[in-house]
Amino acid sequence: MRELTYSKALREALTEEMARNPDILLLGEDIGVYGGVFKVTEGLLDRFGPERVIETPISEAGFVGASVGLAMTGKHPVVELMFMDFAYVAADSIFNQAAKMRYMSGGRAHVPLLIRTQQGGGRGNAAQHSQSLETFFTHIPGLKVVLPSTPYDAKGLLKSALRDPNPVVFIEHKLLYNTKGPVPEEEYFVPLGQADVKRTGKDATVVSWSRTVLHALEAAELAAREGIDVEVIDLRCTVPLDINTVLTSVKKTGRLVVAHEAHRRAGVGAEIASLVQERAFDYLDAPIERVGAMDIPIPYSKPLEDEALPGVQHIVRAIKRAAYA
Amino acid sequence: MTFAHADLRRMYRTMLLIRRFEEQAVAFFLSGELRGSLHPCIGQEATAVGAVFPLRTDDYLTCTYRGHGQAIAKGLNPKEGMAELLGRRTGCSQGLGGSMHYTDLSVGLLGENAIVGAGAPIAVGAALRAKLDKTGQIAMSIFGDGAINQGALLEAFNLAAAWQAPVIFFCENNLYSEMTPISSMVGTATLAERAAGFGWTTMTVDGYDPIAVYETTSQAVEHARSGRGPVFIEAMTYRLFGHMVGDTEPYRSKEEVAQWRAKDPITAFPQRLIDEYGFNQAEIDAIKAEVEAEIEEIKRFALESPWPDVSEIAEHMFA
Repeated sequence: MRELTYSKALREALTEEMARNPDILLLGEDIGVYGGVFKVTEGLLDRFGPERVIETPISEAGFVGASVGLAMTGKHPVVELMFMDFAYVAADSIFNQAAKMRYMSGGRAHVPLLIRTQQGGGRGNAAQHSQSLETFFTHIPGLKVVLPSTPYDAKGLLKSALRDPNPVVFIEHKLLYNTKGPVPEEEYFVPLGQADVKRTGKDATVVSWSRTVLHALEAAELAAREGIDVEVIDLRCTVPLDINTVLTSVKKTGRLVVAHEAHRRAGVGAEIASLVQERAFDYLDAPIERVGAMDIPIPYSKPLEDEALPGVQHIVRAIKRAAYA
Repeated sequence: MTFAHADLRRMYRTMLLIRRFEEQAVAFFLSGELRGSLHPCIGQEATAVGAVFPLRTDDYLTCTYRGHGQAIAKGLNPKEGMAELLGRRTGCSQGLGGSMHYTDLSVGLLGENAIVGAGAPIAVGAALRAKLDKTGQIAMSIFGDGAINQGALLEAFNLAAAWQAPVIFFCENNLYSEMTPISSMVGTATLAERAAGFGWTTMTVDGYDPIAVYETTSQAVEHARSGRGPVFIEAMTYRLFGHMVGDTEPYRSKEEVAQWRAKDPITAFPQRLIDEYGFNQAEIDAIKAEVEAEIEEIKRFALESPWPDVSEIAEHMFA
């Protein structure tokens, strides 16, 4: 199978769906001539023109709000937030408007809006450009939340998200754009809300998403050298949350580690740990381990950032704690 | 501008219906049947009708939590509006939204909004959609003077100007940013001066004169619909009721309220219809009787409507 980078896989999904659905249009800062700061939309202005690839002022509250209006009146806007950290600037448009419009109108309003953004650290972007914020979007009812880890999933999930009639927050990772992986030539979809077992194992389960899945797979290889056979589940979406795939795995392994790059405190890992103890308590042979970023702003200096963010070794240690408990 | 007799009749009738609707809502609030908070538009009926009547049914409108009158002027069924206030299944939002979230896409109403200024970007998006698809529609966002200091509103102003979106920003300046004089919250004498810097057309009108509001808004509608870009209108008005039910009003004098009440459009407009537009008292009385009968019917419908079933509580989460 051919290999594509994560960003090319995303661009392919956008291109195919824009060609198919004339109501899809892109909005964001520097997404046209420049192609977006991570080049995901490169070439789309030439192909689809300025009425489908709309450059916006640096005005997140305004253009996300305008995208809600576009969505309510028949378009399917795809709005790019250059960095996830800027979502705070658009918070009202996302949380009070997009997320609630359908519900509080008794179903009369539809908001088929896709927010594409990228998050995460590891590049020395410091505290206002390195955050992982999926917890916010998972907590507020009314949004679907997607976090692909591979080029294959990135394309298949984005295509599904572009056919979903609801607000979807599609969260990419800045250090995944240049990663490569197999992507079929033929059309395919990855449904929202379906976790993927990325590695099978019998001794412990690691649940993760986004870039942390790559760390989890590496950690599983290291654990295997010590005789611990780890299953790695890529959750892929935090809303809808496929807890059943996690429960099935935990019932087999009896040990669970949840690993994510977002802050540990009140993170999605806490939600998963809670759901698993509610529904599979009798199957657990060890306390559930949580791995996440330290509860501090992301520091700039490399040794400090490496310490603050969860890496392969953090996950290995958590696997061992769970396995030897 | 010349007005047909029937159009003037409809303007007055709708203004009176809005006034009586709001008075009934206040009565329901005081009797405990209406929950949460209620922000009546009593005193602002002339802007509701004058601003909204020049729009087509398929034009888009966003307004605020003081938007019952504008929603009714746009075509929202007042029975569904009142049932919504009582939290009933027959309400325009099936009881899920209440007073501050009237929405009805079938008449172009993209929603009241409980967040000050938040409707403006939504209207810009709707206007952009109309422009891209060349539908001939326009959008209007109605907001109060207090919204003029919100980032989302100012961002919407700039987006509309940058995109030359066919949108009218209609500011009802009722002199008070909730419970504080707007004059102490801005550095200019008028809000039109604030808006002027965005590079578009601004207009000012007496918001207690429904004819003047209609005429000014009609010019703005023509401007926006013909592709000449967005328009900002500042209408000077006054609410004769508090910011919300329960407002103790320490920020304004009884004399000031009395001065405006003497100019109340609900009494001044029918007199003007008689003095200047060939109406007679019998016609005015007939309209009043019609509205009273309609309010009784609205009230009955709302009170007799069923409650939502709790089994439907999460039905409208996702499409």
